Amino acid sequence: MNLIATTYRAPWFWAWVAAFAAFLATWSMSAGGGGGIALAVAALTFGSFAVLTGLGQMLVITMGPGNTDLSIPATMTLAGTLSLKLMGGMGGATWFVLLAGLMATLAIGIGVGIANFALIRLLRIPPIIATLSASFLYQSLAIWSNRGIRIKPPAALADFTTGRALLGVPNLAWVALVISIGFWVLLNRSGFGRRVSAIGQNPRAARLAGVPVARVMGATYVICATMAALTGFLLACFSGGAALNMGAEFLLMSIAVTVIGGSSIAGGNSNVPGIWAGALFMYLIVSMLNSYGLGAGVRLLSTGIIIIAIVAVASGRKAPA
Amino acid sequence: MTLSETKAGAQPAPVVMLQGASKSFGALKAMDHVDLSVAPGESLGLVGHNGAGKSTLVNLVTGLFAPTSGQVVYPGAADHAAAGIRAISQEGTLCPNLTVLENLQVVQRDLTGWGWRRLAARRIRAALDAVFPGHRIRPDMLVADMTLAEQQMVEIAIGFADGPVPARLVVLDEPTSALDASIAAELLAHIRRFCAKGGAAIFISHMLGEVFDVADRIVVMRDGRIMADRPAADFTRQGLVDAMGHVADEDHQPTPAALARVLGDKSHAILRTPEGIEARKGEVVGLAGLAGHGQAEALARFYLSQRSDWRSSARPRAAFVAGDRRRDGLMPVWSITRNLTLAALETLTRHGLIDREAEARIGADWQRRIGIRTPDMNNPILSLSGGNQQKALFARALATSAPVVVMDDPMRGVDIGTKTEVYEMIRAEAANGRTFLWYSTEMDEIRNCDRVFVFRNGAISAELEGDRITEENVLAASFEFGEDAA
Amino acid sequence: MKGSINARLALPVLSLAVLIVAVFWLQPRAMSYVGINLLFNLAVPIALATVAQMIIIMVNDIDLSMGAFVSLIACITATILPGSPLLGVAMLAGCVLAYAALGALIEARQLPAIVVTLGMSFVWAGAAVLILPSPGGTSPGWLTAIMKSKPPLVPMAIIASVVIAGVAHLIIMRSAFGVRLRALGGNARAVSRAGRSTVMLKATAYALAGVFAVLAGMALVGLTTSGDANIAIRYTLLSIAGVILGGGEFTGGRVSPIGAVIGALTLTLAGSFLSFLRLSPDWQIGAQGAILILVLAARLLVRQAEKRP
Repeated sequence: MNLIATTYRAPWFWAWVAAFAAFLATWSMSAGGGGGIALAVAALTFGSFAVLTGLGQMLVITMGPGNTDLSIPATMTLAGTLSLKLMGGMGGATWFVLLAGLMATLAIGIGVGIANFALIRLLRIPPIIATLSASFLYQSLAIWSNRGIRIKPPAALADFTTGRALLGVPNLAWVALVISIGFWVLLNRSGFGRRVSAIGQNPRAARLAGVPVARVMGATYVICATMAALTGFLLACFSGGAALNMGAEFLLMSIAVTVIGGSSIAGGNSNVPGIWAGALFMYLIVSMLNSYGLGAGVRLLSTGIIIIAIVAVASGRKAPA
Repeated sequence: MTLSETKAGAQPAPVVMLQGASKSFGALKAMDHVDLSVAPGESLGLVGHNGAGKSTLVNLVTGLFAPTSGQVVYPGAADHAAAGIRAISQEGTLCPNLTVLENLQVVQRDLTGWGWRRLAARRIRAALDAVFPGHRIRPDMLVADMTLAEQQMVEIAIGFADGPVPARLVVLDEPTSALDASIAAELLAHIRRFCAKGGAAIFISHMLGEVFDVADRIVVMRDGRIMADRPAADFTRQGLVDAMGHVADEDHQPTPAALARVLGDKSHAILRTPEGIEARKGEVVGLAGLAGHGQAEALARFYLSQRSDWRSSARPRAAFVAGDRRRDGLMPVWSITRNLTLAALETLTRHGLIDREAEARIGADWQRRIGIRTPDMNNPILSLSGGNQQKALFARALATSAPVVVMDDPMRGVDIGTKTEVYEMIRAEAANGRTFLWYSTEMDEIRNCDRVFVFRNGAISAELEGDRITEENVLAASFEFGEDAA
Repeated sequence: MKGSINARLALPVLSLAVLIVAVFWLQPRAMSYVGINLLFNLAVPIALATVAQMIIIMVNDIDLSMGAFVSLIACITATILPGSPLLGVAMLAGCVLAYAALGALIEARQLPAIVVTLGMSFVWAGAAVLILPSPGGTSPGWLTAIMKSKPPLVPMAIIASVVIAGVAHLIIMRSAFGVRLRALGGNARAVSRAGRSTVMLKATAYALAGVFAVLAGMALVGLTTSGDANIAIRYTLLSIAGVILGGGEFTGGRVSPIGAVIGALTLTLAGSFLSFLRLSPDWQIGAQGAILILVLAARLLVRQAEKRP
């Protein structure tokens, strides 16, 4: 009985209800029974990418209002482009090439995170502006290094990211699941996660309670950028190459899955299961709209309206009269 | 001394009347059945110590909020705005990004349409010239570019300026805090002129010399009630201090804390702040004086100098107990245990992960020691009563190994039962060698300290020890008396 | 006030002057009526969008959907306005009202403007795609006539910029209405203490910004004579950069309309300058971000230098 009660009150509960409802609705709309598996696979695949970027964004958003990383799409593009370029130009054992690509990806993520935080901290630029401006630089860097040639990912990686080796669940989903578990531990069981939540609820009180605010903030932005880089790497391998607008929809998506999943936009109260629910829900909605034959326009419109509606209802406070 | 004379010689109707007005904020009774009326031409001085109810009374008069019971009446007018009540407060009501005359436009609604700037400039210039002759403020100056004194002069001038509804009663709350002596004197002279012409004023100041200078009637408040309401001439300086404090003073007996302690030579201070605060190991040092005279800032400066923004330590040098729970202390989403262990996180983590059993043990331990009343320490912190929330914040600081605990008036508004328990805890910890820096606005707590630094105008005005820690001495050091006090 | 405003205008005026000299030195042929018009043509819609963003920043918010909104306006102007002017005007008015409602919602529920405007950018973008799925449309005749007019002596672009700066300055800095809006950004508590509704004020501010943004979209169509759902996406960062370059601040309600217009002109010119320098188009996007960062860094250094006695 107690388990049911706590489940019902969990912040991600309604998000999962919505996700299941959307799945049923979309499934019934598409033709026939076998479509269910295909739909689930597609949802899990796309959802994995949204989850990976969403986890990083969630961590940044947890730190409170004004903290949002707008450079996620550009970081994805940069990491995808550079890592594929590196791997394409390397010879040697497959595992060595793959490792090099992964290391490069992580290095790019850490570098971007440090650069973002340096702008925020050293130049005192508001995080939104800092990450927005920096994203243009990262995008330019990606464009310049791409030179229009679409480099293919190593075959092993391409197979891995598109494969479904275990239980028919996409490999990407397993990767995202493992990383999600890591984030869950970080957020809920580690001292770092406590500190992030403290800063989000009351930065002044956190400082007065001895939380090293600058260090925690820096680490958060680095983690977010690293996740974006990793997502870009995986997405590029999945799509057969890095495209220059590959990250475009993930900016709003990363924020959307966080908000839909029940994390508070005001900071201090985030959860990991909700991100999965949000990611699946968003994909299914988009898919449902697609199956209605509704074009990009309606899709964009509804995505935007859903976000605003959820934020307005769930996160508002009364204006101080 | 300066009641205006009406044509028929009858008593003019009061500008504002409080009838049995009381105001409570939750469990805290800030004002208790106050009757007061202010007639045109009266200049009222309002004095009292911390928590006396002065701000509450003034806020009721200016219509910031309504009384919980009783009423506030403005004879002949619908509300405070129509009655010509003007408030000049300490908290900035100016927009720094606007010019002086534009700030006038924010409060005066008839300044629109063609040529409003000329009218606004004329009004504010006239007001500034009337109150502060010889000022050098131009109506087109940007507030952000002005000094603090000039900004206060502008706020005062706006309070007195001509407008759609003329000023009939001006409430001034510590108006001279940023002004130098000569400018302050100009203001006082203007208040006297204003009242001679039929205006009324309520004047709050800790500088009693000013109060005697300006007021023809003095109202003394204490504990939310009016203790005395007599013409200014009837008061002596000593009488005023007596009225503000508790007459029956039992504090000629030294407190148990002061009695039992052997604290060692004063030169063995373990901390010294730039303002001059000192403390020895195991000493309970109090910061007293009227609220807002620099105590909280001195504490915050000291505390932040002991902590780092980049490193956390398992052995912090100082811990902080917040007084404004919501602003400085509580993590509203969390449970009681989590709130309690926040400052001691370093000691609870192994390989970065929190040892949940150790955390639960600490929670249970402090629940017992400090007496937090809750069925389950995993309940949200907001489920606790105010006093118990405060206890949890105390425990947060005490649960660290910090040798110095800095407290920012943490017991304000807390019930007496909780207070007593916490005082005993402080004494016990001090006996074990913990040092406390305790800013408090309550005399009872100040008398619990071994040594007290009284603050006035941002600096220490007196250092009291042992049995010299009396209400009379603290009051005397908190207020400025001036040469011409009665 | 005069001294402080002049100091803040120094940066944009100086950078504009330096850029003008640099551009004319690189391309002497640009120093002609036609050349100047070409250089500053596209600054007109950017200046209008910058003023709109300035008004939002003035009330302590920021609009990340500016680019999408202007694009939507451009689509409506290019498709509906020429054929059915009444419907077009009604839709444009509806957009302004929606914008105002957004401001009211943000203030009434104390929502973070970043997330709301980011969400709205998708709403505007979706509407734009619905109205104009692929680039096309035409410009109403009268609009093109205005935007491509050739007054004697001074190019239209310069005249338009001066008019925009002048009107914005009068409304924002001189009128009682503008004072009320700026007060909201300077000390919202004082404003509500004085008995005014902060929700109404914010909605009005957003409505005014919406009007300027509508003009921006229309001006853009007048110049390019066609519409596109993505035509003005870069206006988001450009408008923010223009406000900051012009001496505005993110919080506190301190902005300068004249500075904002000068900032827009400078940024437009910077774009041309970079292409004269044969800067690879790869870096043109990054340059915009770099400019904003440089401006903010410069402002920080100036502020720190001021503080040291």
